[in-house]
Amino acid sequence: MAKVLMKGNEAIGEAAVLAGCRYYFGYPITPQSELPAYLAKRLPEVDGVFVQAESEVAAINMVYGSGSAGARVMTSSSSPGISLKQEGISYIAGAEVPCLIVNVMRGGPGLGNIAPAQSDYWQSTRGGGHGDYRTIVLAPNSVQEMADMTITGFDLSDRFRNPVLLLSDGVLGQMMEPVNLPEPHDYNINSKKWALGYRGSDKNERNLCSSIFLDNDELEEHNWHLYQKYQVITDLFSKGEYKDFAVEEHLCDDAEIILVGYGIISRILKTVVEKCRKRGIKAGLVRPKVLWPFPTAVFERLAKTASQFLVVEMSCGQMVEDVKLSVDGKKPVFFFGRTGGTVPSDFEILNEVDKLVRPD
Amino acid sequence: MTMKKVFSRPASLSKTPFHYCPGCDHGVIHRLVAEAIDELEVGDRTIGVAPVGCSVFAYDYFNFDFNQAAHGRAPAVATGIKRTRPDSIVFTYQGDGDLAAIGTAEIIHAANRGEKITVIFVNNAIYGMTGGQMAPTTLIGMKTQTSPYGRDASTAGNPIKMSEMIATLESPVYVTRVTINSVANLMKAKKAIYNAFKLQKEGKGFSFVEVVAICPTNWGKKPADSHKWLTENMLPVFPLGTFKDTLGVEKSA
Repeated sequence: MAKVLMKGNEAIGEAAVLAGCRYYFGYPITPQSELPAYLAKRLPEVDGVFVQAESEVAAINMVYGSGSAGARVMTSSSSPGISLKQEGISYIAGAEVPCLIVNVMRGGPGLGNIAPAQSDYWQSTRGGGHGDYRTIVLAPNSVQEMADMTITGFDLSDRFRNPVLLLSDGVLGQMMEPVNLPEPHDYNINSKKWALGYRGSDKNERNLCSSIFLDNDELEEHNWHLYQKYQVITDLFSKGEYKDFAVEEHLCDDAEIILVGYGIISRILKTVVEKCRKRGIKAGLVRPKVLWPFPTAVFERLAKTASQFLVVEMSCGQMVEDVKLSVDGKKPVFFFGRTGGTVPSDFEILNEVDKLVRPD
Repeated sequence: MTMKKVFSRPASLSKTPFHYCPGCDHGVIHRLVAEAIDELEVGDRTIGVAPVGCSVFAYDYFNFDFNQAAHGRAPAVATGIKRTRPDSIVFTYQGDGDLAAIGTAEIIHAANRGEKITVIFVNNAIYGMTGGQMAPTTLIGMKTQTSPYGRDASTAGNPIKMSEMIATLESPVYVTRVTINSVANLMKAKKAIYNAFKLQKEGKGFSFVEVVAICPTNWGKKPADSHKWLTENMLPVFPLGTFKDTLGVEKSA
């Protein structure tokens, strides 16, 4: 397909349609409004269903219903709305129903503001709702990746019967870039034998989607089953077929200082690395593209060659904890962050690098 | 001489023994649902949505597909299922805490969108599963675990009348309130549940059946006394009758 100029939020919408998603349930919130607006227009063209729910809570439960009936289904929101969806996400993870959830992050806590932020990292990667569960978290840094990771997200959620979170922010959602849209994907709603309403001739028993296991032993068995699934997913990203997908490295081989950032920050960090190199500072960049499972292996390796790490986030410091866990005390890990909707400039970050590499 | 079978378990009802307390109305209401689904011959394409509350395990008692929803969210889950598989017969089965308290937004908006689903609402004026707390439908003066001095309208409001509220909306096609305190009323309840599912089978719209029921355990009464108490106390507050029948399903039947 030819390249088209699109906003990040719209690219997710079109990619979802191309991935075979025909069901969207959501509730209005800034700064993700372009996505439901796009799908409200687009889904009826492909005999799909768009429902504006009465709340975020209702929307995620409609997703639970639709996903349990075998659909490729999605919802989207921004930080405060994602908080409301956590109840449903916990049920969806417990019942092992696939779906895609998009978070176009804005500033918090509380109502915060509508400017871009990255302060939902903990909520996204630690589960967010109650109980022992995980969501796969993908972190794009361009409009192209918003589209590509939407497709990958649907594939992963179906493969593992697990919710996938696409973690974006107000900058990525609102900015326009040229994007190569992928080829359309055929999706058959009757491809999932476990789904409610599946009526294949091989159906022997009735199907049930549930997250209740009243008996202690049964719930423990279920939780360990989920845990084992998460181990399989972790292996897939750390050493399996998604190994190269999970993380981007730039000029790390000889780097003395490794800059670490995801999403929109990683693009600023790339500029900082180029500027450092021009000034004779051996800097490199690690960009996690998948936030859960976290790409720990790359940090374990670079902890042997680099002398320090600087993590930059649009938060008061959340991913930095995962970097510290991965580096495991072998090298110092520093943090620089801006919050409240301010995107740090390359100049500010360069100053931080200077302080670390040239302490006097 | 061969014996003719005149009565049996409905095909849609599973053989799992009910876990409900002795005298509870849920078992009878489950049976009425199963009979309606069998009579309409839609058992192979019915999907139920179980709530949180005493009927949280409703899925165990039916032979068709089921989703177990979060507290109050059954109408939203049912919306997702019905929109995805419009040829299925989708129903929720909810109690008064689930539908009239925590799930008020979900039921009102599913009804207002005219989702083509059926809702069976069992109103026994109390939270059963959690041990007998005050519900939105608890009567004034009624003592519960969380209204130990009796429900006081000045601080806890008045019993909420869901059928009357839902009947004010344009979209629902059938809203009715029944009870099963006598054989005559049981037959009327059966007919109402049948009508509700019949409308869905015909693709007509949102149908809502409220069943005023007893909770002997948490009311602290024997089953027979409970039905008497229901008749004398609940029915004046929750009068039986049909509040909306847009398509005249009761006359046509």
